[in-house]
Amino acid sequence: MLHENERDLRETILRISAVDVRKCMKCGKCSGSCPAYEQMEYHPHQFVAMVDNGDIQALLDSDASFKCLTCYACTERCPRDVRPARLVEAVRLLKIRKQGQNHLKPDAIPAKLEAELPQQAIVAALRKYSK
Amino acid sequence: MQRIGVFVCWCGSNIAGPVDVERVAEAMKSVPGVVHSTTYQYMCSEVGQSRIMEAIKEHQLTGVVVCSCSPRMHENTFRKTAQRAGLNPYMVEIANIREQCSWIHKDKEVGTQKAIVLAKAAVAKVMLNTPLQAGTSPVIKRALVIGGGIAGIQTALDIADAGYEVDIVEKSPTIGGRMAQLDKTFPTLDCSACILTPKMVDAAQNEKIDIISYAQVEKVSGFVGNFTVTIRKKARFVDELKCTGCGACMEKCPSKKGKNEFNMGLNNRTAIYIPFAQAIPNVAVIDPEQCLKLKTGKCGLCERVCSAGAINYKQEDEVFERQYGAIVAATGFKPIDLDAFDEYGYSQSKDVVTSLEFERIMNAAGPTGGQLVRPSDGKHPHEIVFIQCVGSRDTSGCGKPYCSKICCMYTAKHAMLVRDKYPDVNVHVFYIDVRTPGKNFDEFYRRAVEQYGVDYIKGMVGKVFPEGDKLIVQGSDLINGKQLALQADMVVLAAAIEPDPSARKLATMLTASMDTNDFFTEAHPKLRPVESPTAGVFLSGVCQGPKDIPETVAQAGAAASKVIGLLAKDHLVTNPCVAQSNELLCNGCSQCERVCPYGAISYVEKEIRGPGVREVRRVAQVNPAVCQGCGACTVTCPSGAMDLQGFSNLQIMAEVDAICK
Repeated sequence: MLHENERDLRETILRISAVDVRKCMKCGKCSGSCPAYEQMEYHPHQFVAMVDNGDIQALLDSDASFKCLTCYACTERCPRDVRPARLVEAVRLLKIRKQGQNHLKPDAIPAKLEAELPQQAIVAALRKYSK
Repeated sequence: MQRIGVFVCWCGSNIAGPVDVERVAEAMKSVPGVVHSTTYQYMCSEVGQSRIMEAIKEHQLTGVVVCSCSPRMHENTFRKTAQRAGLNPYMVEIANIREQCSWIHKDKEVGTQKAIVLAKAAVAKVMLNTPLQAGTSPVIKRALVIGGGIAGIQTALDIADAGYEVDIVEKSPTIGGRMAQLDKTFPTLDCSACILTPKMVDAAQNEKIDIISYAQVEKVSGFVGNFTVTIRKKARFVDELKCTGCGACMEKCPSKKGKNEFNMGLNNRTAIYIPFAQAIPNVAVIDPEQCLKLKTGKCGLCERVCSAGAINYKQEDEVFERQYGAIVAATGFKPIDLDAFDEYGYSQSKDVVTSLEFERIMNAAGPTGGQLVRPSDGKHPHEIVFIQCVGSRDTSGCGKPYCSKICCMYTAKHAMLVRDKYPDVNVHVFYIDVRTPGKNFDEFYRRAVEQYGVDYIKGMVGKVFPEGDKLIVQGSDLINGKQLALQADMVVLAAAIEPDPSARKLATMLTASMDTNDFFTEAHPKLRPVESPTAGVFLSGVCQGPKDIPETVAQAGAAASKVIGLLAKDHLVTNPCVAQSNELLCNGCSQCERVCPYGAISYVEKEIRGPGVREVRRVAQVNPAVCQGCGACTVTCPSGAMDLQGFSNLQIMAEVDAICK
C-alpha cells in the first residue's frame, strides 16, 4: 500500500500528464531512443515504472527531469502510446509550480538571445524553466 | 386456444444463484395461456428433457417456453425434445435468463424480476408461433479452396483424399505460398522446400484436385451446398498445356530488370519467368508490365526460342463460373510495410532487412546462393543484430496490436543457423519477451542461447542509423540498466505479419465477417474454430489468425474434415425461418431486393386477386432455399409486406408489449 502522500503525488502526476502508465509493456524502447540517457539519473522507462509504483519523491529530488531534452523521441516511438516525456514534464511542473521556482522569466530572454539560437529552443526553455 | 408449458432451468447455481427460479415458475402460472410451470436443476439433461416430454403429453401442450441459457447453446436440444414428444419443433421458445440475466445481475430481487419479464415475453411470442416445416436443398459435391499455400494445399489434399473434387484458386503463378520462401523450419530445422514440394507435387498429380493458378475469385453467389463462383484466370501469355518448363525463354529474355517477388525483391528476374525451380505448375509466365513485346511490340525472342510453341502474346484473361458445395478461405499473410518504422533505418540502408528477406539470403536457391553476405557490398558480416516485435504488440497506430506469434521462434532459428554456419559472426537479439509456447519450442530457444552463444538482450532498439559502412544500433539493455550503441554489419527486423490484402475483398464476397485486424472471424472462438459464421465457408491457416506451420496444417485438416462432413450429405435441411412476402401489401419498390445480401429476392409480374383488387402487379418473391433469415428485408420494407417466419413483426411487437406491460 502506498502512503497517503505518495498516493496524492501519484494522482497529481497522472492528472497533469494524462498518461496511463498501465499501458506500458516494459519494452524499453523509450530509453533506447533517449539522446540524454547518460545525463539522466532516471531514464524514461524508469519514470513510467516509478510513477506507477508511486515512487515520485525520488523523481522530484533528482535533476533528471531537467536533463531531459524534451525531444519527444520516447513519446514518438513508444509502441503503446504511453508518452513518457509527458511524465517527465509533469514532474518538472510539480517542482517549478511551487512559489519562487521559476527559473526563466520572459523579461530575461532578450539578453540571452544569440543569432545561432533556434526559435524552438526558446519555446522549449520556457516550457522547461517556467510555469 | 394455446396451452403453454414453462420450464425454468437452474443451470446448477448459474441461474438459481442470482435468480429465484421457484418464484419465476410460480409467477408464470398466472400468465394467461400457461397451463404448466415447473423448475429443474439441469433442463438439458436426460431427466430434464424427459420431464418436458412427459409434460407435453400429460398437459396436451401446444407450445413450450424453456427459461435457460442462450438459444445458441440449447435451442436445438429443446426443439428435438419437443419433436420427440410429437410437437412441432418450432413451437419452442427460449427465454435467455442466463447470459442476459443471471450472469449480469448480482441483486437477486432484480434478477428474479427480469427473469419473469423475459419469460413473459417468450410466452407472448410462442402464443403466436406457427408450426414450420424445414425444407431441403441439394449439395454440390465439389469444394473450392482459395489460396495455394501450405494451408490451402493441405486442405485440398485432405478433401481429395476423402474422394471429393476440389479446386485450388491461387493468385500468383505458382502454389507454395510463404512456406516455399522459407529456408529451414523451427524447431526441427527441416528444409522447408524438402517437406513442402512433395505436397505440391501430390496436389498437382491428384486427379481430384484442379489447380487454377494465376487466378482470382471475382464473384460469389448462392449459399451453403450450392455456391456459384466466378473465377478470373489472368493471361499468362504462355499456353499452360504446351509449356514444358525448360526455361529457354528465361535465358534469352532481354528484359531483366523485374523485381524477383519470390526473393522479396532482393534480385531481379526476366520478364518471362518461372517463379522458382519447383514451381507448380512448372509453366512460364510473362509480366505484361515488363515485357518488351507486349509494351512496344518489338522483341518476340521468347516466341522464337520456344520449341514447344507455347508463347501466345494474344492470350486474354479467361473468366468462368463453377459450382461448389463448400468454400475454404486460405489466403495467408504478408509482412507489414515498414514505412511507419523509419527509426530502424530500413529505407536508409540495404543492410537493414526483414526476416523474410533474411530467409531468402540464407536459402541456397536465394539471391546469394545461400551465402550470408551484406546486400549493400556483398561483404561477409561479423556482427548481426536482430530486432523483435517490429510493429507487433503496437497500439500506437503505427503497427498491429496483436502478437505475430511466429517471430520469436524464427528469430531464434535465424540466430542459431548463423552461429552454426558462421561461428565467427556475433549475433545479438533485442527482445521484449521471448514467447515459446509450443512443443520443443523453449528447448530450441535455450539451445540458441546455451549451445550457440546467441546474445539475447532484454530491451528494445530506439534507432538504427548508418555510420560509414556500419550500422549503429542504439537500444536499451534493461537487465544491466544501460543504453547500448552496437556497431552492426546487418540488422534483421522481425516485421509483424498481417492478413493478405486480398482477404478483405474476399470476405465481402463471401459475406464472412472479419475482426478489426482483417483476420477472418470464426463461428465460435473455442468450439467452432475453423468455420466462419457464414454457413458453408471455412477457414484455414493465417487468414484466421497468426499461426506457425504445424498449427496451420492441423487447422487445414480440421477445415477439410468440416468440408467433408458437409459434402458427404446429399441434402441439407434448410432453416424454415425465412422471409415471406405478402403480395397483397407489396408495392414493388425493390428496396428488399437491394438490401438482400444473399440475392434471395426477385421480382415477378403477377396477377393479384384480393378483396376489391384484381390486377397485374410487380411483387417481391423470396427463394426460401437461398434466404438465410437475416431479416434485412423486413426492416427495409416500407409497406410491411416482408415478414420473417418464426420472427414476425407481430411476434416481436407482442414480446415488446409483454416487456412493457
